[in-house]
Amino acid sequence: MSSRLPTVTGEWIDRSRSVDFTFDGNAYRGFAGDTPTSALWAAGVHVLGRSFKYHRPRGVLSLANHDVNTMMQAGARLNLRADVESLEQGMALTSVNTAGGASGDRLRILNALGGILPVGFYYKAFHRPKALFPFWERVFRRITGLGTLDFGAPHIRTPKRYDFCDVLVVGAGPAGLHAALAAGRAGAKVVLVDENARIGGSLGYQRGGSIEGVEMLRDLERDLADLPNISVRPGTLAAGYYADHWIPLVDAKRMTKLRARAVIVAGGAFEQPAVFRNNDAPGVMLASAAQRLLYRYAVKPMDKTLVLTANADGYRAALDLMAHGVAIAAVADLRADGEPSALSMRVKQVGIPVLKGHCVLEAEAVGDRLVAATVCPMGADGKPDTASPQKFACDGLVMSVGWAPAAALLYQSGTRMRYDTTTHQFVPDHLPEGMFACGRVNGVYALDSRCEDGERAGTEAARHLGFDTPARNFSIAPERSSPSHPWPIVEHPAGKNFVDFDEDLHLRDFHNAAQEGFDNIELMKRYTTVGMGPSQGKHSNMNAIRVLARIRGVSPAEVGTTTARPFFHPVPMSHLAGRGFNVHRETPLHSRHDGLGAVWMQAGIWLRPEYYALPGKRKSDIVRDEARAVRSSVGIIDVGTLGKMELYGPDAGAFLERVYTAKFAGMKPGTTRYAVMLDESGVVIDDGVVARLSEQHFYFTTTTTGSTTVYRELQRWNSQWNLEVGIVNATGAFAAMNLAGPKARAVLRKLTSVDLSNEAFPYLALREAEVAGVPARLMRVGFVGELGYEIHVPADRAAHVWDALMEAGQGDGIRPFGVEAQRLLRLEKGHIIIGQDTDGLTQPDEAGLEWAVKVDKPFFVGKRSVQIVRKNGPRQQLVGFELDAIGASTTPRECHLVVRNGAIAGRVTSIAWSDTLGKHVGLAFVAPDMTELNSPFFIRADGGTMVQARVVPTPFYDAEGLRQKVMD
Amino acid sequence: MKILTCPVNGPRPVSEFAYGGEVRPMPDGATCTDREWADYVFNRSGVPGIKIEWWYHIASGTWFYAERDTVADRVIRTWLPA
Repeated sequence: MSSRLPTVTGEWIDRSRSVDFTFDGNAYRGFAGDTPTSALWAAGVHVLGRSFKYHRPRGVLSLANHDVNTMMQAGARLNLRADVESLEQGMALTSVNTAGGASGDRLRILNALGGILPVGFYYKAFHRPKALFPFWERVFRRITGLGTLDFGAPHIRTPKRYDFCDVLVVGAGPAGLHAALAAGRAGAKVVLVDENARIGGSLGYQRGGSIEGVEMLRDLERDLADLPNISVRPGTLAAGYYADHWIPLVDAKRMTKLRARAVIVAGGAFEQPAVFRNNDAPGVMLASAAQRLLYRYAVKPMDKTLVLTANADGYRAALDLMAHGVAIAAVADLRADGEPSALSMRVKQVGIPVLKGHCVLEAEAVGDRLVAATVCPMGADGKPDTASPQKFACDGLVMSVGWAPAAALLYQSGTRMRYDTTTHQFVPDHLPEGMFACGRVNGVYALDSRCEDGERAGTEAARHLGFDTPARNFSIAPERSSPSHPWPIVEHPAGKNFVDFDEDLHLRDFHNAAQEGFDNIELMKRYTTVGMGPSQGKHSNMNAIRVLARIRGVSPAEVGTTTARPFFHPVPMSHLAGRGFNVHRETPLHSRHDGLGAVWMQAGIWLRPEYYALPGKRKSDIVRDEARAVRSSVGIIDVGTLGKMELYGPDAGAFLERVYTAKFAGMKPGTTRYAVMLDESGVVIDDGVVARLSEQHFYFTTTTTGSTTVYRELQRWNSQWNLEVGIVNATGAFAAMNLAGPKARAVLRKLTSVDLSNEAFPYLALREAEVAGVPARLMRVGFVGELGYEIHVPADRAAHVWDALMEAGQGDGIRPFGVEAQRLLRLEKGHIIIGQDTDGLTQPDEAGLEWAVKVDKPFFVGKRSVQIVRKNGPRQQLVGFELDAIGASTTPRECHLVVRNGAIAGRVTSIAWSDTLGKHVGLAFVAPDMTELNSPFFIRADGGTMVQARVVPTPFYDAEGLRQKVMD
Repeated sequence: MKILTCPVNGPRPVSEFAYGGEVRPMPDGATCTDREWADYVFNRSGVPGIKIEWWYHIASGTWFYAERDTVADRVIRTWLPA
């Protein structure tokens, strides 16, 4: 039988468009503008879901997404809030957490077992024996839980939007509307959001039998339309507050990150349930929910109802229900004195009996449907007087006993709240700069006062931002009576008087938790899980605080609140998912490497060729061959990932002397020098080559991974020392390649006119010349221990130069080599890699770099620390080693430990098989007394195998360095 | 997300900045004791209050000072090193 009413003024449904849908397999029809809940309730379906733990039947509680009685699934869409989701044609809805649908759920047996399932039951009963835990976990995952995950659901990524405004107003009820208009009239750019499908808030449904509110809303909407600087966004949720007024606005399609200059919170209040036995029976609902059914969806919530109240709102609800044909059995008012306003007269005039000082002891349901409610007097101590209960037959029971502020955004912004004893709620006490609150969230309830309070907040926000609007005196009258009752809670020996509907927590659970010692609100929350369900305490936290306050004999103020965290409502993952931004850098020669079959590896932020794949060849063979080409003929490697810095100015040399350990002031133009950089604690952090181009102009390299941080730190020093020098990070502006091998000179000679002879361009010299017609900086360095030239050219000409070199080297069998061969070649020369052969504690002396540290300079970064550390001597020493047993079955690897007498004495930092040398060579940190040449030590390899190694001098290869100085 | 005011580029989201630690005077390495130097290098004061900090605007490569109340996480002023 349909409970749909004839047309109601202001209804949200469009009766010209019907919508067909199914719920748990049964077909229903609603209207466009309906929610699944309103359409089902209109169709006479009152069991809309099952509770989380006891599988109790549940119907409408808040009709506002403040509870999850009506959580449903629609195909791949999980956890749909049927109270607020818009109904769509063809929707196939199913209830969650049931066996066989909401109405016939076979797991309802659990309700009868409730007595043996107290709070904490799981913790205590199932953690031993441990082996059985996975079994129990599977059982509980089946009988609890929310919806079924569809692993085939499409991946949806939603781009974010960004927006800015002067004043954001959260909540478009009477207070928020007035605030937005006041700020808008002052000239501010205003964004007004409301999570509901339409604006107006309580003006639309808390009518008290009058259409005054609806008319006011119509006027306000007209005023809004006159102000183009106000953007009105219904169906939009302000999901959280982040620093400096940064608010994620969530609508059905996406998230908009809005930066406001001021925020007005006018989010209203959540109506709170009364706690009595069976307060969750379908038919028991909040007064505001019944009014929403009436005025938004034109659904008659019940035929006959009892009204339980403790404020004026309950009386208004009684008048609203009566006006639409609902019989009112009685109004039970928790307050001994009843309602002080004229509303009480109006209720009496229409013949509704009022029971002052009465509470509901219990509701009674038969076959999943409310049939009666028992009322009895409530004592001054808040306990029910059960001597003479009165029973009322009814299929509905509406509750209006109190409100809790929707203050999540205020808490998140750092607002200090206080418990106000005239309204029995938490209200803002101290608001951070640029934050404003008005309306119910500010403890203001009378409609005129809410409008006035909104006007005040809007004016203050505009003035705060410097808009020219006159200051006004606002006088907000104090509430005549408290909108909230301090103790809307009734004990019952048989329990099932629910405090938290999401988590199926009844009053006794709180007493048990306190008895177990969890009598602090944060502890109680975690033990009972109150407020941890999908509605995050919106309907349960305030009552939980009241219960705990009474248990401990203190005020709610002393109990305090739990932390409010974003998001305010759950936000779909697809709204949050964005593109992955794992950036990497490519050198200008990237396409050349690709064409040569490069296998890529990550080097810091860069991609570098590890080696160049050849069909039918193994990596180890390729790397060996690449290295052999360099040693025997000529190879080329892209070293463009090195940091490349330009330094210019009269103090350039002095600057380098301060940031590097060596001396540079006396360098001649046209020379290069190895450079080591320390941090202030004397730890080696970077190395590179410094080249002097002219008296005032230096060019130097950093490690691939260090370029950004080194550049940053150099800028910092430069901002303090007031030297006349400028630094430019030219890493991306230059490409660099290293041409190395005995034939390097012969190959390069074909492309440049500069005299490459050993006399004219000696080892460690720098020349500026054209290579293949491109201006280049040539540095003769011993990068891999062979005759070699590092060629730096403008990035945009790099490919041309590379191609020319490859072509020039064709006759000599030039071969590109990757990072793997480079590391092997450099290891053979005993060159250390900063970050591989050093770590975050390595002092230069420990890494064999003392020759590069000139402590006779007046200052360099880290100098004082080096001096102090030198007094104590090194803690460890980097040494070269080779393995004694050639072809041992177990080869140590990087980071394997050096072990002496069962204790750690060091570790391997680098190790490789050198084909050139015919043995394994490596570098290792060892204790300072283990550095004697030829002394053996042990490395603990995989599986605990002890492998013997021997200290040998470095370089392992060409110790005299003759090859890099080779003549023609 | 916080807004930080770069003295060169104006107010920008904090994701464009890197924190550089508290501004602390370096003792004269030639005259200070080992202990004074070690204190400078290794010890940081975590005492909440108003501090002068190094901040770096990454996009433009600007180092600057920010006076910040670390209790309220409020930046009082920012300026370039002299």
